[in-house]
Amino acid sequence: MTPLLSVYNLTKMYGHRVGCQDINLDLYPSEVLGIVGESGSGKSTLLNCLAGQLTPDRGRIQFKTRSGDVKDTLTLSEPEQLMLSRTDWAFVHQNPRDGLRMSVSAGGNVGERLMAVGSRHYGHIRTTAIDWLDRVEITADRIDDRPTSFSGGMQQRLQIARNLVTGPRLVFMDEPTGGLDVSVQARLLDLLRNLVRDMGLSAIIVTHDLAVVRLLADRLMVMKEGQAVESGLTDQVLDDPQHAYTQLLVSSVLQA
Amino acid sequence: MIDVKHLAKHFVLYHQGATVIPVFQEANFSVAKGECVALTGASGAGKSTLMRMIYGNYLCKAGSIKVNHVEMVGAHPHDVMQLRRTTIGYVSQFLRVVPRVSTVDVVAEPLLAVGEKPIHAQEKSQELLSLLNIPKRLWSLSPTTFSGGEQQRVNIARGFVYDYPALLLDEPTASLDSQNRDVVLGLIERAKSNGKAIIGIFHDPSVRDQVCDRVVDVSQFMPEAAA
Repeated sequence: MTPLLSVYNLTKMYGHRVGCQDINLDLYPSEVLGIVGESGSGKSTLLNCLAGQLTPDRGRIQFKTRSGDVKDTLTLSEPEQLMLSRTDWAFVHQNPRDGLRMSVSAGGNVGERLMAVGSRHYGHIRTTAIDWLDRVEITADRIDDRPTSFSGGMQQRLQIARNLVTGPRLVFMDEPTGGLDVSVQARLLDLLRNLVRDMGLSAIIVTHDLAVVRLLADRLMVMKEGQAVESGLTDQVLDDPQHAYTQLLVSSVLQA
Repeated sequence: MIDVKHLAKHFVLYHQGATVIPVFQEANFSVAKGECVALTGASGAGKSTLMRMIYGNYLCKAGSIKVNHVEMVGAHPHDVMQLRRTTIGYVSQFLRVVPRVSTVDVVAEPLLAVGEKPIHAQEKSQELLSLLNIPKRLWSLSPTTFSGGEQQRVNIARGFVYDYPALLLDEPTASLDSQNRDVVLGLIERAKSNGKAIIGIFHDPSVRDQVCDRVVDVSQFMPEAAA
């Protein structure tokens, strides 16, 4: 099996300050990688570099496309990159407002992505939109409502539907359950797990919530001050942490 | 099936004065197909630690652990993941599940992970749940609200739903009544006769004597300095 995504020595500086430094990682098909660390550890910077939302200063990112070609994503032309971000990739933002069009109906939010990849038949688009709203547990009678009238959890689920409707192969998620109350979090976790299993989705999830990665991620990378200090199987990193910082992180979690 | 050689392990607690806790040195033992081996030793001797090392949950400092000829020490996470899907099962003392997922689905999961059809996985899951006397009315509920004994039985069902060639059981009968204990012992006996290799931790000597062929005392693996 060859990796879906390979990252070599990725570095992003903000002036003299380190965003992330010399990051290497591989992501395999149907695999979920968790990236944890405290605020300012560089995990969101890394995610944004991987997803093409920030330009790194050094390093290489290789992605295996649907056709099986391995492409260097940092040297793609702009149209190629745009196509990739509309078809094979998806990005779920921490704040659903950053990933949704708030002035467009729920159905429109989902349909827009389909139209971006060439769907033109209104009936098909609407049926697919209803199907996806149902999968994220939003009832069909809300299809014409704007996301402004939705709760935070519903907005987040709508953002996920909008992102997954085009059948991406790789999803980047920045704190997907952050800011949601725990009952909604659980529902979202269950949804994400099923999608990963049923659609063969690969995902990179940035979070500071260790309970979330334990349930969702196969592998884990721990970041501190822009560096990857430890990585391995999720349960191994959490249960037998080798690095001083990871031990601190794990031992600082409050038991509910 | 399971081969442990020259295994060493210590823990370093960086935030408690970088205390080094030695656990094992020169741990050697093996388990053949169709055999059930009990790990014994006082509380804190490292029975669960050794079990977790075999499952790849804890890292090893030195030595070798081979499960069905696959080296676990220093293995790539993907190889460990693959081994856990197809070869080695682990019934821990704790049930960790995604909230809101029904008991039937929790138990069926190991089968879905190897690509079994959902309908078959569900049937097999229900079969084990009824064998382990989990009332049918609870099957559609999440096990997070179950009693300790019920959670343990759900965990056991999950460990036996797929025919792992190697199985690790950490106190599988600890909080069970005698009737359910006998069901679990029956499952272990059946697995043995099907050629599975089993390592178990059993505190109850009568249970241990009933299903285990051999006993390995882990305190003999304790480093000299710590003894």
